[in-house]
Amino acid sequence: MYEQLQGEDFEIISVAMDADVEAARPWVNEAAPTYLTLVDRDHVLSSLYNMVNVPQAVWIDEEGRVVRPVESGGSIDILREFDPEAGGFKPEAMERAQAAKTTYMEAVADWAKNGAESPFAFSAEDAAAHVSQTSDDKMLAHAKFQLGCHLARLSRDEEAQALFAECRALHPDSWNIFRETTERMEGGIAAGPEFWAKVMALGDKQYYASVDMEGMPD
Amino acid sequence: MITVLTGQSETQVEAEPGTSLWLNADYLEGATGWTLKPEGFCKDDICVPVPADGSETFARDDQVNVSAFWDLMGKPSASSAAGDIWYLGEDADSRNAELLSLQAPDFTLPDFEGHYHSLSDFQRKKVLLLTWASW
Repeated sequence: MYEQLQGEDFEIISVAMDADVEAARPWVNEAAPTYLTLVDRDHVLSSLYNMVNVPQAVWIDEEGRVVRPVESGGSIDILREFDPEAGGFKPEAMERAQAAKTTYMEAVADWAKNGAESPFAFSAEDAAAHVSQTSDDKMLAHAKFQLGCHLARLSRDEEAQALFAECRALHPDSWNIFRETTERMEGGIAAGPEFWAKVMALGDKQYYASVDMEGMPD
Repeated sequence: MITVLTGQSETQVEAEPGTSLWLNADYLEGATGWTLKPEGFCKDDICVPVPADGSETFARDDQVNVSAFWDLMGKPSASSAAGDIWYLGEDADSRNAELLSLQAPDFTLPDFEGHYHSLSDFQRKKVLLLTWASW
């Protein structure tokens, strides 16, 4: 669906936040997207755009201005609606998740066609109001994370792991840092006991923050 | 040899590893984007004066203590245990000002064939920037 929107004045840039390029490659080969697919080994975008999870998306207009700041795209927080007995998410949660995807994609399509006239493109004032701001601790976490990634590539794993532990403590809201630097399950998915313990400890907080868009479920 | 990393650059410089990052003034701009001028430590139209405490904490001869300036400016830095690899980061106030300006920060990243692309290659187009991960 996204691919059909591409044209003279609309482009999709998909970025894999993966320290290990080879871990991401099979996904790209499988999907064989027609849009540009980049890889961000050091999570440079997390620091530049204040991103904390995947997927996250930003709408950028023809002038290079952000018209929708970082948000979870069409993903909503259904993680805690997993039904272990059924081995899947509750049907109601799946329906909501699908509705969110559809709503978001239709909004993207509307903006791709109508630009600033689209009701989904924020005014400058509204866009600024939706910016999530960073902090000194988070910026230090990004510095240590990027240094750690560099050291890991030099096989200086012990130093890298020590830095990653500091990053997780400095920026506990970053799932990108947490999942990139903690245990992987079979298939390379970072959803082991540590991950689930952190999800369950969220309490009132969301795994994916709600997207402020008409028709979008929470 | 020392490696200096910033969010978007990696530079090898002839320098001594240590607990501070001392760089020869000649290498300064290439590695950090900053230069030493009579007014101080400068980039674009910003200059941070060298503190006039008579000490050689920040500069001596043709050497500049980049990590001390980074601290002075409230910017985060990090180094390997041996001090041979340094990361010079951005401070929260600068980053927040950039975020609130709504000007999308440019970046340059490789595709899966190793070719580099920048956001600024797509001026005059609307861009949906979308992240994902294998994990």
